[in-house]
Amino acid sequence: MSAPALVVSAEQRRRARNLGVAYLALAAFTMLVFTRRAADATFKISGTGSFALPAERFGWLLGVLLVALGAVQLLRGFGRLSNVVLALATAAVFMAFLSWAASGESFSFVGMLQDTVSRSVPITLGALGGILSERSGIINISIEGMLLGAACTSAIAGSLVNLWVGALVGVGTGVALAAVLAVLSIRYRVDQVIVGFAINFFALGITSFVSFRVLVPNPDFNGLSPVMPIRVPLLADIPFVGEILFVQTVFVYASFAAVALLTWALYRTRWGLRTRAIGEYPKAAGTLGVDVLRLRYRNLLLAGGVAGFGGAWWPIGTVGRFDQNITGGRGFIALAAVIFGRWHPVGAFTGALVFALAEAVRLKIGNFDTGIPSEFLLMAPYVVTLVVVAGFIGASRAPKAAGQPYDEQ
Amino acid sequence: MTETLKALRYTALAVVAALFVSAFIIVITDIAALREGDVLTALDTLRLAYWSLFKGSFGSLRAISATITGATPLMLAGLAVSVAFKAGLFNIGATGQMLAGGMTGLWVGFALDVPGPIHVTLALVAGALGGAVFGAIPGVLKARTGAHEVITTIMLNSIAGFLTLWLLKTEAFKREGRDDAISKLIDEDAKLPRLFWFMGTRIDLQAHLGFVVALACVAVFWWLLNRTTTGFELRATGLNQEAARYAGMRTRSLMVVAMTLAGAFAGLAGASEVLGLYGFASASLAGDIGFDAIAVALLGRSTPVGTAVSAILFGALQAGGRQMQVNTDVPIDLIIVLRALIVMFIAAPLLVKAMYRLKGEAQSHGQTFRGWGG
Repeated sequence: MSAPALVVSAEQRRRARNLGVAYLALAAFTMLVFTRRAADATFKISGTGSFALPAERFGWLLGVLLVALGAVQLLRGFGRLSNVVLALATAAVFMAFLSWAASGESFSFVGMLQDTVSRSVPITLGALGGILSERSGIINISIEGMLLGAACTSAIAGSLVNLWVGALVGVGTGVALAAVLAVLSIRYRVDQVIVGFAINFFALGITSFVSFRVLVPNPDFNGLSPVMPIRVPLLADIPFVGEILFVQTVFVYASFAAVALLTWALYRTRWGLRTRAIGEYPKAAGTLGVDVLRLRYRNLLLAGGVAGFGGAWWPIGTVGRFDQNITGGRGFIALAAVIFGRWHPVGAFTGALVFALAEAVRLKIGNFDTGIPSEFLLMAPYVVTLVVVAGFIGASRAPKAAGQPYDEQ
Repeated sequence: MTETLKALRYTALAVVAALFVSAFIIVITDIAALREGDVLTALDTLRLAYWSLFKGSFGSLRAISATITGATPLMLAGLAVSVAFKAGLFNIGATGQMLAGGMTGLWVGFALDVPGPIHVTLALVAGALGGAVFGAIPGVLKARTGAHEVITTIMLNSIAGFLTLWLLKTEAFKREGRDDAISKLIDEDAKLPRLFWFMGTRIDLQAHLGFVVALACVAVFWWLLNRTTTGFELRATGLNQEAARYAGMRTRSLMVVAMTLAGAFAGLAGASEVLGLYGFASASLAGDIGFDAIAVALLGRSTPVGTAVSAILFGALQAGGRQMQVNTDVPIDLIIVLRALIVMFIAAPLLVKAMYRLKGEAQSHGQTFRGWGG
C-alpha cells in the first residue's frame, strides 16, 4: 500500500465522517418524509414543456442514492470528489423536497431557477464588494448600507434622467459610502465595525427619510421602466440551462463577469497578489514597497462601486422603483455569503445562489398545502445553511489583517 | 477626572456635530419650501423639529416615561451585543434571542397559575432562560465546529421569526376569535408593575419595572467583568484568544458562556416588552431593536455603563422623534440618521478634533471587534 499523498488531519477525518453520517441522516429523512405523498408533481420547464415526477417513488429513489453516497463516504471517502458529491447530495435532497412539496400541483421549475439567478445579483455583487475590501484588510459590514443607498439614488436618477445615469449614480453612491468607510478607517483609524454599522444606519435612515419626505410627495422622482432580459444568441438555445442562465438582464451577465474577473485578478495578477498581501500581512507588503494605504483606498472605492451597482439592481433591474428598506437585509446575507465562501469570489457566488434559491423557492411554492405548517418550509433553507456551515464548512480563515488599522512607519 | 471631562467634551461635540449635519439634511429636503425659495419656512420647520425632539424626550413626565420605555429593551439587547463583543464575538442575533425570550416569558405569563409577584418573576426567569438557550446555540456551534457566529446568528434570526409566526398560530398561543398572528393576553399578575404607579390613573405613563431589571443587568454585567475570574477570562479571550488559550483559559467554553449570557440578556429584553409593555406577543415583537442594539453597544464601547447611557440616549431620540413626526412633517427616520452620525462622530475622536480644530492628544480607543477570528 502506498503512503497517502496528503497528510489528513484529525479535523478532516472528523469532517469526512460527519459527512457520511449526514448523508445517511438525509437519506432517512428523505425516505420518511418526502415519500409521504403519492400524487405527481408537475415541473414546467419551458413555455409548453413539462415533466411529471411521481413524488413517492422519486423520494425512494433519491433516498437510496443518498444511502449509497453515505455508505461510500463512510467506507472509503470520495477524496477529491468530495465537494462534488456534497453538491450532488444537496441537489438530490432538494429535488426530493420539491417533488414532495409540489405533489399534486404544477409550478414553473425553470421560472424558479431563472428567478434564483436574477435574485442572486445583489447578493453576489455585495459579497464581491465585501471580498474586495476584506482581502485588503478592511472589514466591510456596510454592504447593506451601500446596496440600500445605491438603490435609492439610482431610482431617483433613473427616474429623472435615464437608466444609464441611474446605474452610474448607484455606482457613485456606493463609491461615496465606501469613501466614508475608507477615510474614517484608514485616515482617522476609527474602528471598522463601528464605521461600517454607522454607514448602514445612515443609509437606512437617510433613504427612509428621503422616501417619505421627497419621494412620496414627488412621484415623478420614483418610477422608471426597468431593463428587459436579453437573450444571448446561441447560448440561450441550450435546452434548460440556456433559459436559466442566458435569458437574463445585463445585471446578471455583469455579475457573472465580475465573479470571473475578480477570481482571475485576485489569483493571477500582480494587483491580486498585493491585495492579498496587504490583507494578510501588510507590514511585509509595505516593507517590500507596496503602498499599503493607497491600495486599500483604491480597493475600497472599487468595492463600493461593485456593491453600488448591485444596489442599482432593485430599481433598474427589477421593480422600477425604490421603497423603504427595499434591500431587507440582503447586505447581511451577502456578508454571510462572504464568510460561507471563505473570502473566495466563486465560493461567495455559490453562497449567494443558495440564499437566492431559498427566496425563489419561498415565492414559488411557499403557499402549497403540504400538510406541514408553511413556516417550517420557509425556515428550512436557514436551518440547512446552519447545518451546512456547522457540519461541513466549519471554521473559515479570514484575511489576517482585516480589522486592524495600518501604521506607516 | 480630567479624562472623564475630556471624554464628556468629545461626546458633547460629537452630538452637536451630528445635530448640525441632520439640520442640514432637514433643510435641503424641504423641497416644497425650497422650490419657492422660502428658506425661512424651512428654517422654521427645523426649529420646531428640534424643539419637539427635546420636548418629546425630556420635556415632561410623559416624555421621560416614553424615553425610559424605549430605552428598556435597547439597554437589555445592547448588553447582549456588548457581552459578546467583550468575548470577541459579533452577536447579530439579539432579534432571535428576544423572540425566544419573549415567547417563553409570554407562555409562563398566561399558562401558569401562581400568585402575584412569583408569577411575574417566573415569567422573567423563563424569558431569560429561553433567550439563553437560543443564544447558546451559536456559541456551542462556534466552540465545537468553528461555524462563524455572524452566519449562524443571522440564520437563527430568520428561524426564530418563522418559529414565532408558527407558534402564534397554534392553539396553545393563539388568541381566541382572532385570525391574525396575535397571542393570548398574559395574566394580570404576570404584568411588570408600572414605574410611575404612584401617578395612579395616568395611563400614558407606560414605563415599567423592566427598566429596573435592565439597570440590574447592567450592574450584573459590570460585576461579572470587573469582579470575577470568568469576566477577566472573557475579556482576555476577546482581546487575544491565542494568548488566553496559552495562559490556560478554556476559550471555547468561554464563548459558550458569553453567548448564553448574551441570549439571557436579549431574552429578558423580549420578555420585558411582553410582560411590561404589550401584555401579549406578535410577530413584530422584536422590531428593529436587535439591530439598534448593535449601535447601542458600539456607541457604549461595549462597557456596562456606556451601554446603559447610550440606550437611554437612543430611547430619548426615539421618543423625541415620535413627537417631532407629529408636530412637523419631518419623518421619524431622521432619528436613525442622527443615531448613525452620533455613533460615527463619537467613534472618530480624530475627526471631531479636526472639525473643531482642537489641539492636544486625542484618546484612541481600542478595536471593538478584532477581525473575523478563526
